[in-house]
Order: sequence, then structure tokens, then C-alpha cells
Amino acid sequence: MALTISKAEWTSLRQHGEETFPHECCGVLVGVFGADGSKTVHSAVRCQNQRTDSPHNRYFIDPRELVRIQREVSEKAQDIVGFYHSHPQHPARWSKTDLEEAHWPGCSYVITSVMDGVAAITNSFELTEHGDCKSFRDEELNVL
Amino acid sequence: MRVLIPTPLRQYADKQASLDVSGGSVAEALGELTSRYPELRKQLFSDDGRLRKFVNVYVNDEDIRYLQNESTQVKPGDTLSIIPSVAGGCSELKEIA
Repeated sequence: MALTISKAEWTSLRQHGEETFPHECCGVLVGVFGADGSKTVHSAVRCQNQRTDSPHNRYFIDPRELVRIQREVSEKAQDIVGFYHSHPQHPARWSKTDLEEAHWPGCSYVITSVMDGVAAITNSFELTEHGDCKSFRDEELNVL
Repeated sequence: MRVLIPTPLRQYADKQASLDVSGGSVAEALGELTSRYPELRKQLFSDDGRLRKFVNVYVNDEDIRYLQNESTQVKPGDTLSIIPSVAGGCSELKEIA
């Protein structure tokens, strides 16, 4: 599948990673699903990283924020289509922790590598689930 | 009472984003939900019948863990939100081929 995002929202989520460097940033991607499962992002909603014990290599979004966002998007006929976070001084590839903590199959997980405070590569991965087995697969990221 | 179904669980609930259930407690509401959509049960509950650790349930803005868990009383007009957790981090990176 593919994730489509505007240049403005793409830039915003990358800047978020630069602003929180050397800590991880995180946020929610709100938009719509296409009939084929592809996703279009309308807004990248910034969230606070609640992992204050280890913010340089962990992130956690307060479920209360997720509840608020889910409630708001449901009133606008939109959906939570994915999430984003940064990897300070690490590649834009998913980690074992990312996979273990991922529980939204069908959604996108966008990761930006931030090197020395500057956003480098941004990649998107879709969480897939077959029975009890889940995995990430590379996803086309279209920036318009 | 309205129940908001998160994106990944809608495939088990006839693709609905929200639906109405009755019941005077969270347990009764979730019971009605999972009896209507049995495939949801395995997604929400582990084999021992407890809510999975990564599944958060909120009544309006309150986490039921800080109320009376599944015994929390609910009333018409309340909104029950089911929210899987969102977390991760860059340590223990997957090896890049």
C-alpha cells in the first residue's frame, strides 16, 4: 500500500524530530483510507513523548491523547491512519521495539532519522498481521 | 452508549467506526460488543479472559484502570473508547541487509 502526505505535513513531522532532538518525537497521522487500503494524510498531529525515563530511544503516546484524537476524527468522517516518530542518531528503519509495541495493523508507522539534529531520511512502514504473526512491510511514501 | 472502534479492529466489527450498545457497566458493554462480534473477543481479551495489556479502555476521558476497571458503571450518553497503545523506539534496531 501507499501513504500520501502533503509537503507541508511531511515537513512538519520532520521538523518535530529536529525540535525534540536528541529525544524522540511522536505524533498521529489523521486522514482517510482509500478503498484499496492506501492512506492519505490530512494532518500530522503532534503528541508529547511520555517516555520521560528514556526519551532518546523510546516513545509512548498518552492514550488519553489518542482517545481525544479518535473522538475528534470520528466526528469529521476521518480516521487515524498511522503514527510517526523519530530515531535520533539512528536509521529510519523499524526496530524490534517498534514491532513489539505496534498494535495498529493496517496503519502506517512513519520513521524519520534525525542525525546531529537534522532530519535525514523518512520512511513509512505498514503494520501487517496474519493470525498471531505481525510484521512491518516497506510502504511507498508519496509527498505531494 | 456509543463505542468507538479503532481502525485496526473495525475489520472484526463489520467495518463500523462506532456503534451503540447497552449495559450498565464496562463489562456488560464489552460483553454485548463481543457477543455481537465474536472475533473481537480474541483481539481484546487474552486467553485468561483479561483485557490485553496494550488495549486501553476509556469511559469518556477516564481510563478504566483508574476507575473500577471492567466493573466501572456506565450510563446512556457515555462514550466508550477502545484504544490500542502506541509506543516504540529506536533501540534494538532491525539489522539492515
